[in-house]
Amino acid sequence: MASQADYKDRQFLAVIGDEDSVTGLLLAGIGHVTAAPDSQKNFLVVDNKTDNAAIEAAFERFTTQRKDIGIVLINQHVAERIRHRVDTYTAAFPAVLEIPSKDHPYDPEKDSVLRRVRRLFGE
Amino acid sequence: MSGAADREAVFPTRQSLGLMKAKLKGAETGHSLLKRKSEALTKRFREITRRIDEAKRKMGRVMQIASLSLAEVTYAVGGNIGYQIQESAKSARFRIRAKQENVSGVLLPAFESYLTEGNNDFAMTGLGKGGQQVQRCRETYARAVEALVELASLQTAFVILDEVIKVVNRRVNAIEHVIIPRTENTIKYINSELDELDREEFYRLKKVANKKQRDNAALDAEMKQKREDAAERDQENQAPEVDNTGPSDILGAEEDEDVIF
Repeated sequence: MASQADYKDRQFLAVIGDEDSVTGLLLAGIGHVTAAPDSQKNFLVVDNKTDNAAIEAAFERFTTQRKDIGIVLINQHVAERIRHRVDTYTAAFPAVLEIPSKDHPYDPEKDSVLRRVRRLFGE
Repeated sequence: MSGAADREAVFPTRQSLGLMKAKLKGAETGHSLLKRKSEALTKRFREITRRIDEAKRKMGRVMQIASLSLAEVTYAVGGNIGYQIQESAKSARFRIRAKQENVSGVLLPAFESYLTEGNNDFAMTGLGKGGQQVQRCRETYARAVEALVELASLQTAFVILDEVIKVVNRRVNAIEHVIIPRTENTIKYINSELDELDREEFYRLKKVANKKQRDNAALDAEMKQKREDAAERDQENQAPEVDNTGPSDILGAEEDEDVIF
């Protein structure tokens, strides 16, 4: 398992979500911008105008390219837009977590991990 | 399970029989060990899935409260502060650290959140008004993120355990359904071949013994014949006339003299 080798330097969380969720999580202090030259943010604000390609690119960047992110938080309605990507993502690091947003209540049926739990127990 | 097809390619010798027996024993030990490992992992796995379920529900509640407090902030500040916050975020105050836990040989990661001291990107947020609400909102969200971090570590453990359990079960099944039957078949094959060899050997020995007996008997007969011939020749030479009288008939050939008392 190669994924266990590089867990040490993963110390940030990343967020993909609507404005309110991102604002709240940034207030909690998870926002991080890397040093000046490329200055990558670890959050992405998604609204109706954001297209799916941008979301996918951000998801890709947070999950595979950056090695310092341990947890990716993604709003469930945003995850729904790139569902195929989220469902096919099976690596342990970073952990992808679907969180509810203000306008969209949390639906356990759509969560990729919970669906796996259900399938395993044959429900 | 066809006896001839599913076995290892070995020569049926006593040495390979010993090897196969050792192998069978090893496979059985390994099977029981792996089975126990799989059971321990599955127990842990079930516990984790249960906790994930709980944590997901808790997350729903916590996030709801957090959203509410953010709405309070928006109301108190009197405008959207999202843009300002996104721009002023520079360095993460809330970070995570991964540590590992060992469950029967499987390293499970667990995230742990910690706050770095001394940097506050949002010192100016809510300076005009609503500072108290902003402060409260930050605390609420910090608690929410803690719950999320806990959930994330459970989820990571879930993913890793799932994978490991699959691998272990595959091994258990391979040993149980492929390796052990095949080794047993090989042992059976070697035994039957060795028995066959034994029978052949026994038959051969019997044949040899028979032949020897026959030869001996023939030799004995010949010797006896020779000896008799020699004896005959001797007698003829020594007393040829004795042969005529021979043993006299005592019952009735000659008249006995009457016996007078």
